[in-house]
Amino acid sequence: MSIAGDISSSAPRFHLSKDVEQLLYRLLAAGLLCVALSVMTDAFLTTNNILNVLRQASLLFFLAAGLTLVILTGGLDLSVGANIGLSACLAATVIKVTGSPVLGTLAGLGAGCAVGICNGLMVAKLRIPSFIATYGMLWVLHGITYYYMAGETIHGFPPGFRQIGSGYFLGIPIPVYLMIGFLLAGTIFAQRTVWGQQIYAIGANPVAARLTGIPVDRRLILVYAFSGAMAGVASIVFLARLNSAEGDIGEAMTLPAIAAVLIGGASLFGGVGSVFGTFVGALILTLVLNGMNLLAVNASWQPLVTGVIVVFAVWLDMRGRRRT
Amino acid sequence: MSDQTLSSPAPRLPAVPGVAVALGLLAALFSVASPGFLSAGNLSNILVQSVILLLLALPMTLIIMTEGLDLSMGAVLTLASLVLALIVVSTKSLALGLAGALGVGLAFGLVNGWLVSVLSIPPFVATLGTLGAAQGLALIVSDGQSVVGIPRFVRQVYSGEVAGLPMPILIGAGFYALFHVLLYHTRFGTYVCALGGNRDALTLAGVKWRRLLVAVYMLGGAMAGVAALLMTARMNAGHPTAAIGMEFDAIAAVALGGTSFEKGKGWIFGTLLGVITVGVLRNGLNLMAVPSSVQVACIGALVIFALFLDGMRSHKS
Repeated sequence: MSIAGDISSSAPRFHLSKDVEQLLYRLLAAGLLCVALSVMTDAFLTTNNILNVLRQASLLFFLAAGLTLVILTGGLDLSVGANIGLSACLAATVIKVTGSPVLGTLAGLGAGCAVGICNGLMVAKLRIPSFIATYGMLWVLHGITYYYMAGETIHGFPPGFRQIGSGYFLGIPIPVYLMIGFLLAGTIFAQRTVWGQQIYAIGANPVAARLTGIPVDRRLILVYAFSGAMAGVASIVFLARLNSAEGDIGEAMTLPAIAAVLIGGASLFGGVGSVFGTFVGALILTLVLNGMNLLAVNASWQPLVTGVIVVFAVWLDMRGRRRT
Repeated sequence: MSDQTLSSPAPRLPAVPGVAVALGLLAALFSVASPGFLSAGNLSNILVQSVILLLLALPMTLIIMTEGLDLSMGAVLTLASLVLALIVVSTKSLALGLAGALGVGLAFGLVNGWLVSVLSIPPFVATLGTLGAAQGLALIVSDGQSVVGIPRFVRQVYSGEVAGLPMPILIGAGFYALFHVLLYHTRFGTYVCALGGNRDALTLAGVKWRRLLVAVYMLGGAMAGVAALLMTARMNAGHPTAAIGMEFDAIAAVALGGTSFEKGKGWIFGTLLGVITVGVLRNGLNLMAVPSSVQVACIGALVIFALFLDGMRSHKS
């Protein structure tokens, strides 16, 4: 009895300090990367490049932040990249037709969110494993977007709209402010609200969560809707930055987004991870890719490196679990 | 009551009508909608074109039966096809080329299997990672260009005939028979079923199941290498984006065929029917001039529907 009591009383404290420790390691890794890159290249430590890194990290973060919540519940959303494509093309069309960036933005966010709700319904109500449900959704979205765009490009948006992606305020890119906003909102939601804590509980032990009366199905749908909506946000910023929309926009973003979440310390088995960790993960991955760029490494190496990083991050997580 | 006890231990039975009905409905629909569909030439065309998919779907069935998944198959097939094309163009030797393609497939299968079984990384993430790796390598090896100048004898593999039967059909039939025997008439097949359904039983029986799981993924890689030969022969070139997304058609065929993503229940004949269903769907939509993007969306919707049925079945039992 006393042994069981000891474990249950000491376990939470130990876990908390371990999580903080893990996060410090990741920040240290990011710092070391910065030092290494500034030694190896002249171009790294320039204001322009730092701002560039932050802006690229913000695009990745939007997608990865929504995905973090999904992964916290022990699920996965493979459709986020394809969701960007659909949302961006829809938003672009609405802006072109109505001339109103506000309506276009709403259309993009709405489309992203609607796709997310469909994912959530498939996972929560139809009980299809999340990775395969969202994988099917990926191809449905690709098909719709490619058919709709028919290889065309939509480009040329109002200057006011383009500010979202390429504008500056006080010398810092607008997307970076958005990133900080979503980072704060996401952290408060996950750590300081009942719904956020319920999401952790679902990931840690779905059966226990259901038994304690948490409306698991509704929270799951919410989480996938969030993920979809964040893909919508990413699509708008992407669109404003590129000033053009094509069918394959965002296609290559899914793997990096998953990588960012996993580097950030989230576990694929649910219940472990944080939005701030994902922020650090997005930063680390962007630093790696930016460094490869500066060192003139062929861009073809990027998916390979990202793939290896994903596998390595999951391996670290698995190793940590086996020890405890 | 006795009816229930009879039917519950055989989950294959309700799966039979599902895919067969889908295939029948699609065939009926297309034969009405487009007159050319039922011609002998078109039907044999469907079979020939389905062979590459079959070569991927057969090992995918085993992998999914172990509660696994291989998302890297399309990218590995692409990389293997490029390696084969490069070797054949420079050495003029089909054997060396095929050895190269098989080597690429086996290497990726080994890595996939090692990640999944030894490091216990969830298969969909492990193979998503190797998908990225294979895609990157395909771009690096080919420098983003197609490899052309494939010798005529390579094309013969796809377009040749033996005793009046097209080569691809013979290759497909051969591998189908091989997998049927492997799954139902060898100890390996029994272990594969147990890998998904009851891994603890394997441990207790003293079977080294981690090695077995690596072997299953290596089988998938090797088949991607074989498929690469047919693919290169068919396109008469190696192309760095040739088979991207092909794993999805394979997963779709397996899911349609009634193989479950949980509990190690698989059905190799169902996979054959699933492959033909996907082939019929693509062919019929082609004849109706439906763009390939819509075809992909249709297959995506079909997969989700098949999984929904799968979930319904497993919840009932």
